[in-house]
Amino acid sequence: MDNTRRYERLLERYRNGDLDRRKFLGLIGAAGLAYGVQTPFAREAMAATEQVRFDGWGGVVSEAFRKYAFDPYTAKTGIKVVDGTFGGGDEYLSRVKASQPGEYNIAHLSGVFDYARYNNLGLASELNEDNIPNLKFVIPKLVDVFRGVTNGKLSCVPYDYGTTGLAYNRKHISDEEMKEKGAKILIDDAYKGKIGGWADWRTRMWYAALQTDQDPNNATDVDAMWDAVRKHRDLALKYWTSGAELMSLLAEEEIYVTEGWSGRIYALQEQGHDIGYMDPPNGFGWQECLFVIKGSPMEACEELLNFMLAPETSIAVAEGQNYPPALDPTKVDLGKKIPTLPAFDPTGTLAGLTFANPDYWNGHEAEWSKMFGRVQKGY
Amino acid sequence: MSVERREARQPWILLSPALTAVTLLLFVPLLFILVYSFWLRTATGADQVGFFFDNWQEALTDRFYRDILLNTLKIAAITTIVCALMGYPAAYFIARSRGNKAILLLLLMLPFWISYIIRTMSWINILGVSGALNSILLSLGIIHQPLQMLYNETTVILGLVHFLLPFMILNVFVSLEGIDVTLEDAAHSLGATRWQSFLEVTLPLSLPGLAAGGLLCFVLGAGTYITPLVLGGPRDAMFANLVFEAVITQLNWPLGSALSLMLLAVLGTLVLIYNRYLGMAQLMKGLG
Repeated sequence: MDNTRRYERLLERYRNGDLDRRKFLGLIGAAGLAYGVQTPFAREAMAATEQVRFDGWGGVVSEAFRKYAFDPYTAKTGIKVVDGTFGGGDEYLSRVKASQPGEYNIAHLSGVFDYARYNNLGLASELNEDNIPNLKFVIPKLVDVFRGVTNGKLSCVPYDYGTTGLAYNRKHISDEEMKEKGAKILIDDAYKGKIGGWADWRTRMWYAALQTDQDPNNATDVDAMWDAVRKHRDLALKYWTSGAELMSLLAEEEIYVTEGWSGRIYALQEQGHDIGYMDPPNGFGWQECLFVIKGSPMEACEELLNFMLAPETSIAVAEGQNYPPALDPTKVDLGKKIPTLPAFDPTGTLAGLTFANPDYWNGHEAEWSKMFGRVQKGY
Repeated sequence: MSVERREARQPWILLSPALTAVTLLLFVPLLFILVYSFWLRTATGADQVGFFFDNWQEALTDRFYRDILLNTLKIAAITTIVCALMGYPAAYFIARSRGNKAILLLLLMLPFWISYIIRTMSWINILGVSGALNSILLSLGIIHQPLQMLYNETTVILGLVHFLLPFMILNVFVSLEGIDVTLEDAAHSLGATRWQSFLEVTLPLSLPGLAAGGLLCFVLGAGTYITPLVLGGPRDAMFANLVFEAVITQLNWPLGSALSLMLLAVLGTLVLIYNRYLGMAQLMKGLG
């Protein structure tokens, strides 16, 4: 029954004498008050179904998303995509935590541990996979890792993967020296003041595990790892905090060696810089996903995810950001450029990459992130 | 209602929009932060509502926070002194110049039109290994290897001075503008040299402006986190960086709240001391 019908019945009852004048006016007044109070919120709720908010890393990736996914999606569905950006996963999680349900919808998140963090905070949605037929093109191993976190269900679709390997200036460090020293070059006294590193506790501890000959997903001598982090700190010129800063430090030769993101280093190589890239044994592999936050309009989001997973979109985005897409190369022809990208696995099994175990890393998050904050500052 | 009562109410009616804004935008958020500081962060990252002193105990007793706070105050103090030494002559020059005062003031305001972050990052292009300064020194043959000038405490102070110097100059300028120049003439007529008249007359009368500029520079310098992030090395963090890390990196909003209130309390105490001895009127003149 709509509101007009309700008011007509009320008026009828008043005219029939079933309601006295005072009660009738009271009910009309209460209805008016309720309408006035709910209207702004109702408008918001209506608007949510008319638009979907997507947050990502900006730059060429956003441009590719806009061209190949958002605009065709809007043309087909009439649903607008509001395109936002963030500087880092931690910063974005703080924004989501402070927001109202439904304010943020889809995010381009990094790492399975972020997926687990969102799930632990009660921010995970549940996707209806029937609405995302393009999910069949995705490498199964990438999907299964996420299912393991959310009891067989999915709150996201995998989108791309890459590595955090060793980047070095070939003018000053040879390929042979890199192969010989591997991750230990980051704590080599010979390069004091010319070493860099990401200001991220996970990466620091992962590489500390490699430098102390331990399994990054099951290290036992944590004290030795902190010593390695301290040694790296003492030799490093600077901790970088963004991909742009990483590229600037390497391109300007402020530093000669650092760990770096495979796609960013490929971009430097494309620009003509003589920067080498090497994934050491047990190098840091990671995947990114398109995560739907709880409280979002699910069907609209699922349809958008399907657009984004379409091979044409995925390949265009992958070529723009220099990270291989999550599409299975045995099922989809990925073109010419993608097979040349660092970390690309032509078999689609990803057997050569080591990913972070989310249980292990999230189990240490509170303690290690705090400890790194101190070690970073000289403690 | 009597005329007296109506007149007594009028200022409050006029002030009510401002008081409402201050209450909603300052006091209420501060209250939220205060309440948050007594909560706890659980292992999953969620907040545990309650009344716990753990964050305060950690913030007040842990040597780590005390050391970083002291280092922050040291960097802010050095920055303030450098700003005073560089800013006073500039303000004096502008105040005593004839004709082109407006242009000089406009030039002083010019940096505010550019983003603070961009201004801070510009030092990378000046002091970097491939930066302007190294290129000039190398091309002149003065050095044969680029000098490593960036990412240390000195560059952090340099960046802060770059950011805060206009605040110091404006405050001192306002103070100098308010001094009657005939007082200096009177000192000359009584036999004082230019230097003596400056030391005995102008400087003492301009001290409130210097103090106001000093307070602004110190408070803004102590609260910054962008400059050490962009121009500092691994060990050059300031206290605001700890707040950022607690809130953003560690998702520990309760501890971040306690730390931010601690910094607020320290800087607030300094402002109260300033107000007790010099009053806020001079600061308002400078800001105006």
